[in-house]
Amino acid sequence: MIIANRLADGVVVFLDPGEKWDPSIDSGQLIDGDTEAERLLAVAKRHEAECRVVDPTLIEVEIQNGQPRPTAMREAIRAFGPTVRTDLTEV
Amino acid sequence: MYRYDEFDARFVNERVAQFRRQVKRRLAGELTEDQFRPLRLMNGLYLQLHAYMLRVNVPYGTLSSKQMRKFAHIARTYDRNFGHFTTRQNIQYNWIKLEETPDILQHLADVEVTAIQSSGNCVRNITADQYAGRAKDELADPRVYCEVLRQYSFLHPEFSYLPRKFKIAVTGSPNDRAAVAVHDIGLRMHKNQQGEIGFEVLVGGGLGRTPYIGQTIRKWLAPEHLLSYVEAILRVYNMLGRRDNIHKARIKIIVNQMGIDKYRELVDKEWEATKDGALKVPEEEIRRINAYFAPPQYERLGDATDLLQRQRAADRAFDRWARGNVVEHKVPGYAIVNVSLKAPGKAPGDITADKMDAVADLADRYSFGEIRVSHRQNLVLVDVKQADLHALWRELTALELATPNLGLLSDIICCPGLDFCSLANARSIPIAQDISQAFTDLDELQKIGQFTINISGCMNACGHHHVGHIGILGVDKRGEEFFQLTLGGSSDQHASLGDRLGPGLPQADVPAAIRKIVDTYLVIRQHNERFLDTYRRVGIEPFKGAVYGSETQAA
Repeated sequence: MIIANRLADGVVVFLDPGEKWDPSIDSGQLIDGDTEAERLLAVAKRHEAECRVVDPTLIEVEIQNGQPRPTAMREAIRAFGPTVRTDLTEV
Repeated sequence: MYRYDEFDARFVNERVAQFRRQVKRRLAGELTEDQFRPLRLMNGLYLQLHAYMLRVNVPYGTLSSKQMRKFAHIARTYDRNFGHFTTRQNIQYNWIKLEETPDILQHLADVEVTAIQSSGNCVRNITADQYAGRAKDELADPRVYCEVLRQYSFLHPEFSYLPRKFKIAVTGSPNDRAAVAVHDIGLRMHKNQQGEIGFEVLVGGGLGRTPYIGQTIRKWLAPEHLLSYVEAILRVYNMLGRRDNIHKARIKIIVNQMGIDKYRELVDKEWEATKDGALKVPEEEIRRINAYFAPPQYERLGDATDLLQRQRAADRAFDRWARGNVVEHKVPGYAIVNVSLKAPGKAPGDITADKMDAVADLADRYSFGEIRVSHRQNLVLVDVKQADLHALWRELTALELATPNLGLLSDIICCPGLDFCSLANARSIPIAQDISQAFTDLDELQKIGQFTINISGCMNACGHHHVGHIGILGVDKRGEEFFQLTLGGSSDQHASLGDRLGPGLPQADVPAAIRKIVDTYLVIRQHNERFLDTYRRVGIEPFKGAVYGSETQAA
C-alpha cells in the first residue's frame, strides 16, 4: 500500500483504488507485485509534485481479521494512532 | 518577565506575515518541499508521524499565565487538547495542520510567544535553570543573559544556516540544573577575584549518537563580552563545521577532533578582532533588560516554618509533598513549588488543555502569574507563600499535579518516541508508564532517594538518556523493540555519560531490570548515599550481575 501525509493538514493518507487519498487504511489499494507498485508509486510522486501529499512511500501490509494492517510498527502507529493515547485516534 | 518592545512586536508580526506568504506559496505549488522545509523548520514546524508537529519556544523556561492560557487555547482549537513540555523547556503539539499554522503563530505572537528557531540549523531556544531568579544558591539571574543572547541570535543572517542545530544553556547557580555541560555552548556563572560576575564558557558538549561533555574554552568571560565571544565561537563553527554528514555536523565533533586548545586558539583569533567592537554589551543594556526580570512585589513575611511544621505533622501526604516538591526560596516566607507532570502511568511532560488553564489560574492566585518549565518536563510556580502551600497542595492534588516524586525514580524524563516521532526506533512512553506504575509506593520512592531515569526512543537522545542515573535507549532489532540500559550518567556540575550495562532487553523485562538494579543498590549503598554515588564507588559489575546474571551466581 502507499502511504503519505497530506500536504495541507499533515493527515496520514493511503492511496485508494481511485488514485485518491483516503485517511482510512481500510480504503487503501492493496498492491500486488513490483510492476504495479512502481506504477502507483509514480502516480503518488506526481501527486507530490502537484502539492497534494508529501513523502509517499510503499509499505508492507498484511490482512489481519479482514483488515489491512502495516507490518512495521511505525506505519501501524501512523495508520491507527499512538499506542499510548488510544483516545486520540478520533479527532 | 521580558515584554516585547515596539521593535520586538513588529519583528515577530512581520515574521508571521512572511511565513503566511511562504505557506500560501507552498500550497499553491510555487515552493517545493525541499525549498520549503528549511523555512518551515525555522518556524518550528516538523512533519512527523501523524501530522505536522509544532514546537513553540518558552524562552529560558519562563511563561506568564496569559501565555499558558494561549497554549491551552491552541491545544483545544488546533490540536487534540493536550501539549507536551520538552527537555529544552519548549512545548510541542502533534496534530497541527500546515494551513492553520500561520493563524496559530499569530495567536502566539499576540501574547509575545514565537516558534522562531525552535528548529532548524540555527541557534535554538536558550535554556536556563527553572528556579532562575529565585533559588537561594544562585549568583545572579541567568535569564537576562539568555534574553541578550536570544535577541542577538533571532534571525541573525550570518547564523541562519549553520552546519547543524546549536543549543545554548545558562546556569546562574553552581548547582547546575540546566545541564550546561551537555550543550553546544554552556555558560556557568562565576565570580572572579574582584567579586565580579562572569561566565565560565564550555563548548562542544552534546548527546545524540556521539555524546560529549563540554570542555572549558574560557575560564571567565566578562558579561560585556558575551555576544562577541559567543559570536566568535559560532563563526569558527560555521566556517569549519562539517556539512557533508549530518551525524558529524555538530560543534562537538570539530572541538573534539581538533582539541579544545586549537579551537580556543581559533576563537581567540577571531575574537581579538571583534571584542571591543559593536557587540560589546553596555552595562545599561544589561540593566535595561534586567529590569524586566525584576522580582515581584513580595510581602514582608516572616519565615513560616513553624506553621509548616505543624501542617506537615498533621498530614502525612502533605508532608511528603512538601519534603519532595517544595524548594527553598531566597526570600523569607516564600517557596518554590514543583508541579509534577509525572503521575504514575502518565506520559512525562504531557498536560491537557484544561490542566494548562488550571495551572494558569493557580499561577495567578498563588504565584504572581508566572510559570516556569523545567527541562525535566515538570512545571514550577516560583513565588508561593509558605503560608499558602497547604491550600495550593490541595488544589494540585485534585488536578493530579501533586505527585511527590520530584527527583525520584518515577520523575522520569522521556522523549515522545515512536508513538509520535518519525525519527524514533522504539516507543519510549510505554516504558516510562510501566516503570512509574511499578514504583508507586511513595515510601519506597523516598527510601530509594535521588534517582533519575531518562528514556530516549532513538540515538538522537532527546530524552537525554546518556546523562540519566539510569538511561534507557530504545533500539530496533529486526523489527522488535529492545531497550539498552546505561548507568551512571549525570547532567549536573559533575556531569558524566552513562556506561552501557549490557545487551538490549525486551520491553517486558525493563521494569524488572530496574527493580533488580534498585534492589542491588539498596543492599550495597553506604550512609544513604545516592544511587549515582554508589555506582561511582562500586562500578557496573554488581548491577550487570543482577540484571543479566553471572556464572558465579546461584540460579
